[in-house]
Amino acid sequence: MENAMQAREPVIFELSRPGRTAAAQQPPPAPAHDIPERYCRQRPPALPEVSELQAVRHFTRLSQQNFSIDTRFYPLGSCTMKYNPKVCNALAMLPGFLDRHPLAPAVTGQGLLTCLFELQEMLGAVTGMAGVSLTPMAGAQGEFAGVAMIRAYHRGRGDLQRNEIIVPDAAHGTNPATATMCGMKVRELASGPDGDVDLAALDAALSPATAGIMLTNPSTLGVFERNIVEVARRVHAAGGLLYYDGANLNAILGKVRPGDMGFDVIHVNLHKTFSTPHGGGGPGAGAVGVGERLLPYLPVPVVGRDGAGYRWLDERDLPQSIGRLSGFMGNTGILLRAWVYLRILGADGLRRVAEFSTLNANYLLARLIEAGFDPACPGRRASHEFSLTLRREAREFGVTAMDFAKRLLDYGYHAPTTYFPLLVPECLLIEPTETESREELDGFVEALSAIRREAGTDPELVRGAPHTLPVRRLDDVRAARQLDLAWRPASQ
Amino acid sequence: MSEIPAELRYTKSHEWVRALPDGSLMVGITDHAQGALGDLVFVEVPEAGRQLSAGDACAVVESVKAASDIYAPLGGEVLAGNDSLATQPELVNQDPYGQGWILRLRPDADPDSALLMDAAAYGEFVAAGH
Repeated sequence: MENAMQAREPVIFELSRPGRTAAAQQPPPAPAHDIPERYCRQRPPALPEVSELQAVRHFTRLSQQNFSIDTRFYPLGSCTMKYNPKVCNALAMLPGFLDRHPLAPAVTGQGLLTCLFELQEMLGAVTGMAGVSLTPMAGAQGEFAGVAMIRAYHRGRGDLQRNEIIVPDAAHGTNPATATMCGMKVRELASGPDGDVDLAALDAALSPATAGIMLTNPSTLGVFERNIVEVARRVHAAGGLLYYDGANLNAILGKVRPGDMGFDVIHVNLHKTFSTPHGGGGPGAGAVGVGERLLPYLPVPVVGRDGAGYRWLDERDLPQSIGRLSGFMGNTGILLRAWVYLRILGADGLRRVAEFSTLNANYLLARLIEAGFDPACPGRRASHEFSLTLRREAREFGVTAMDFAKRLLDYGYHAPTTYFPLLVPECLLIEPTETESREELDGFVEALSAIRREAGTDPELVRGAPHTLPVRRLDDVRAARQLDLAWRPASQ
Repeated sequence: MSEIPAELRYTKSHEWVRALPDGSLMVGITDHAQGALGDLVFVEVPEAGRQLSAGDACAVVESVKAASDIYAPLGGEVLAGNDSLATQPELVNQDPYGQGWILRLRPDADPDSALLMDAAAYGEFVAAGH
């Protein structure tokens, strides 16, 4: 195992030898297609030529080098990298689900449609929303759908001058990107020193041009926005709508609902909170929920129920819909996994998720403060995640948050989120999730404390990390400045 | 300690402003800001002729850590963006107050009317942890 971790695995093209092949890859004896000759390539593509065993070993070794939640603690703040119970996967892979064609008639798919309808209902109940569409295929698409609905709502009322979206400085980087994609201007809002929205700054930002505000609550600083009801009142009074980014929903499941806080629209990352694959293992799912005002604008298709059972509602049923986000019905296989997860946990289980994710975060925060680390929001209780600032370590030892993050890899931990949120200098954003044991959390505290001691006695050791992985510190500056995404042999 | 030239004016969002003899203004980001961002890998500058209001996001600097907007310290017309930064974003790191300038602006209002800090006030602002 250690050898597998330490050896650099060559690019598969480097293993290639002319003419080497595998039985499974033999060309068919006669053309297996009816594409006219003139459209066919004249030369074979430059694919690697390896044996089947070489291909199997190559990809198995790569998978062994992967840091994943199934192998390591993965405290990636604001990303909720929690364990996905295997049963969710197993049940979503039942042949009845797997073999169903997306265009098969609804009458033969009542089982699947029942699951998806129930998922819509459960997500609506958890978030306090009147309607849900499961069709967005990722968090970013869910955000896009949410802001597109806000835009459609204002346009539908002839309120055409509303073209500004307010985004707090602690927001997810995707929020301003989404607003821009929807043709909105972004107004950034400063947070107060304790992490809450500054109400005076909010008043200054609100105007007849305000289309809405995008908020994450708990925020990316890992604290609950205490002014939320007042924020909602003021934004609504100014004619704007409130968008809830579901990134941090894990902390509040069954405790408080975005709909009750005053939000009009929400996207839910099923791959964060509802335990579907996450982090390159996707695909994602970014279901959207809306309050009464935005119901007519939900993206289609959504599952509806009438006398004959369940069926897909489309543009004919929802003529004001913002439309379709993909060719079919969203990532159905992923949605099924979320349905299984919700059915297994039930309302009580979801409350326990919130309680234990919050308990784990506060335990970890308290122990790290005890170990001498500085919290970004002193005195504030953590939600399901918290930020540390390593400003003092950077000044005293010349060892940065990135150095700590890289050294953690040597200790067998995935690094937390670094340098985010942007307003915290030398930031580590840590989210343990409810699925970790106390022993695992203690081990992580020990590792960070050990790195802190190393920073004092042997800073070069930390600055040069990682030392035990197949690749060392990569030149990410050069990689970004001289972007080169196509591998070719060194000789060419 | 980062460099804070005495002859420039500064914003709370870490831009510097230099008054040029022809009445136009040159704008860039401070030494402190480039240090906090780290090595820049991409800079987007505004095109000449664009009209800006004070506080408008008018350029983007991106490092391996973060992407940040640059805000117009005053309203006015963009006279030029620093096109060298398209191929050499590192100029902002190497020479933030010189070759790493970001845009030139013809201001609508008297620069003295804007709430800009002098070097001493900006030095205190940075020392206070902003």
